[in-house]
Amino acid sequence: MAKKLLLDKADVSGIRTYEVYRREGGYRSVEKALKMSTADIVEEVKKSGLRGRGGAGFPTGMKWSFLAKPEGIARYLVCNADESEPGTFKDRYLMEFIPHLLIEGMIVASFALGSNNSYIYIRGEYAWITDILETAIAEARQNGFLGKNILGSGFDCEMYVQRGAGAYICGEETALIESLEGKRGNPRIKPPFPAIKGLWDCPTVVNNVETLAAVVPIINEGGEEYAKIGVGKSTGTKLISACGNINKPGIFEIDMTISVEEFIFSDEYCGGIPNGKRLKACIPGGSSVPILPANLLLTTAKGEKRLMNYESLSDGGFATGSMMGSGGFIVLDEDQCVVRNTMTLARFYHHESCGQCSPCREGTGWMERILKKIENGKGEMKDIDLLWDIQRKIEGNTICPLGDAAAWPVAAAIRHFRDEFEWHVLNPEKCLTENFGLRHYADPIHVPVTA
Amino acid sequence: MNLESGIMNVQFSKEKLNKVSEIIKRYPQGKQKSALLPILHLAQDEFGGWLDTPVMDYIATLLQIEPIEVYEVASFYSMYNLKPVGKYLFEVCQTGPCMLNGSDQIIDYIKRKLNIAVGDTTADGLFTLKTVECLGACGYAPMMQLGKTYREHLTKEKVDAIVEECRNKAAINN
Ligand SMILES: Cc1cc2nc3c(=O)[nH]c(=O)nc-3n(C[C@H](O)[C@H](O)[C@H](O)COP(=O)(O)O)c2cc1C
Ligand code: SF4
Ligand code: FES
Repeated sequence: MAKKLLLDKADVSGIRTYEVYRREGGYRSVEKALKMSTADIVEEVKKSGLRGRGGAGFPTGMKWSFLAKPEGIARYLVCNADESEPGTFKDRYLMEFIPHLLIEGMIVASFALGSNNSYIYIRGEYAWITDILETAIAEARQNGFLGKNILGSGFDCEMYVQRGAGAYICGEETALIESLEGKRGNPRIKPPFPAIKGLWDCPTVVNNVETLAAVVPIINEGGEEYAKIGVGKSTGTKLISACGNINKPGIFEIDMTISVEEFIFSDEYCGGIPNGKRLKACIPGGSSVPILPANLLLTTAKGEKRLMNYESLSDGGFATGSMMGSGGFIVLDEDQCVVRNTMTLARFYHHESCGQCSPCREGTGWMERILKKIENGKGEMKDIDLLWDIQRKIEGNTICPLGDAAAWPVAAAIRHFRDEFEWHVLNPEKCLTENFGLRHYADPIHVPVTA
Repeated sequence: MNLESGIMNVQFSKEKLNKVSEIIKRYPQGKQKSALLPILHLAQDEFGGWLDTPVMDYIATLLQIEPIEVYEVASFYSMYNLKPVGKYLFEVCQTGPCMLNGSDQIIDYIKRKLNIAVGDTTADGLFTLKTVECLGACGYAPMMQLGKTYREHLTKEKVDAIVEECRNKAAINN
C-alpha cells in the first residue's frame, strides 16, 4: 500500500469535526508554520517539488515567490474549488470528508503569502459541501486557528466560502477572479498575471484544493521528505479520480511510481474492467487531455511501461502521449464509441465557452455539430478533415486555454481513432445500432522512432 | 408574495436581510458587488426557484449596482433560472463519463416516465427535466442534481423512487 499523506485519516470516524481532526494530529502544521519565517515556508514548499494539482502542474513554491508585495496593499489567497473538468471529482472528496485539511493548508498558505482574507471559490452545485466547509471554518475560528492574532502570533486571518453558479470557465483563474468580483466569468488577458494584479486588482495567488491540502504534510514532514516520495519532478502523492468502465470508481491517493496498468487492473485501485470486457481507450487526466488507445496508454512509443506521473503520461508528446492534467482518469471499455464520447465532450466545451473569442465560441459549436452528424450516420469523409482543420485553428488562438482544452480531445480522437470515424461515415445505418468495437486498439504497435 | 401581479414589493425577510449584510461584510469596503452571486442564490431559493426581473432589480438596489449588472450575471451562469421551473428540478448529467455509464438511457426513461421533453415542466408544475454538463460526480454515474443534493448511481428503480418521494413531499406540503 502506497503511503498516504492526504487521505490517511479520511476514514477515521468523525474526522469531519474539529475535535477528531485535532485529536488525530490536525493543525500541527499551523502551530509549526506560525513560528517560521514566511520565506522559510515558501522555501519548504519549493524544496518539496509540489506542482499545482489543478491541471497545469506549475511549481507551487515558485508561484508563491512571484507574488508581488507592494507596501500597504492587501494580498489574497484564493482556493480554486471550482472542479468542473469532466472526469475530475477529487477535490469534492477531500472537502466533503476531510474539510479541515484544506482549511489547515490554507491557514499556512495565507500566513506565508500574507493574506488576511482568504476565499474558497467552490462550484455552485457543491451546495452541501459549502455547508460542510462553513461549519469547519467556524470550528477552526472557535478554536483560535482563524480570526485575530492566531495562536498569539499576531497574524489575523478570516476565511470565506464563495459559491459559483454553474460555469466551468470559472475554474480558469482569471475568470474565477472576475466571478468572485460579482461579474460574468470572462477570463482576463494575461499579463498582468494574478500575482501582480488579481482579485480587486491586488496581488493574488490562486491554488487548487489538493495543492493547498498538500502544504500540510510538507510543513509537518519537511519539503525534502515530501520530495522523496514519487519520482523525478512528480513528487509527493497525487489524488486520482477514476471513472468510466471500471470496477471500483472513486478517489485514489497514489504514489506516482505505479504503472498505468497496475492502476487500472489492480484491486488496490480501479479493480479492472467490469464483465470481463477489454480495455479500449482512456483519457488519463480529465476531459481536456488527449485520449489514448489501450496500446499507447499502457506502453509508451518507446516500448516502456507507462507510469502514473507527469513525465510518463506525457511521454511522446501529443503524437503518442497524453497528460496528467487534473487527475481525472476516464476508462472506456471495448463496447464504447469514441465518436460519441468525443461528441459529448465537444458539446461540453461548446456549452462552457464564455464566448469572448470567436475561434472558441464558434469553433466549439461547429465541432459539436459535425460530431453529432458523424455520430448520427450523416457524416461525410470530408467532415473528418474539416473537424481536424477547425480544432487546429482554435488551438493557440484564444484568450484562455479553454480553446486548447476543447481542441485537444477532438484532435487526439481523430489522430488515434480515425478508422472509427471513417467507419461511421461508411456505415451510416450500422453505426446507429452497433459500435466499432475494440479492433486493433489494444494490439502491440511499432511506432517509428521519429514519430 | 405575488410576483406576477406585481402588487406586493419583492422584499427579503429580516432574517435574509441580515444574511445579506453578513455576506457583504466578507469583502472590502466598496466591493459589495462581489456579493452578487451568493445573493442571487439566496433570492432564487427565496422567491420561487427562479429570478424574475423585479427580483433582479431588487438585488441591484440592495447592492447599489445597475440592474444590467445583475441581468448580465444572472444570464451567464447556468444555475440561475430565468424562467419558472417545476417544484422539483431534475438536472441529469449527460457528459462523457456519465454517458459511458448509461446517462442517455436514464434521460430517456425520465422523459417517458414524466411524459415531457428535456427543458419542459410537467403540467402539474411538479417536475422540470434539464440535461446538464459534468457535475463532478463522474465516478458515481449516472447521476442528477435535485435541489441541494446529488442523486447518484441512478437506475430506473431509483428514478421511480425519487419521483415517488417528490410526489409524497408535495402532497404533504399542500
Ligand atoms: C478552462 C479551465 C478550467 C480550469 N478549471 C480548474 C478547476 O476547476 N480547478 C482548478 O484547480 N484549476 C482549474 N484550472 C486551472 C487554473 O486556471 C489554475 O491554473 C489553477 O487553479 C492553479 O492552481 P494550482 O497551481 O494549485 O494547480 C482551469 C483552467 C482552465 C483553462
Ligand atoms: S478561449 Fe473560450 S472560454 Fe476562453 S476566453 Fe476565449 S471564448 Fe472564453
Ligand atoms: S460526467 Fe457526469 S458528473 Fe461528471
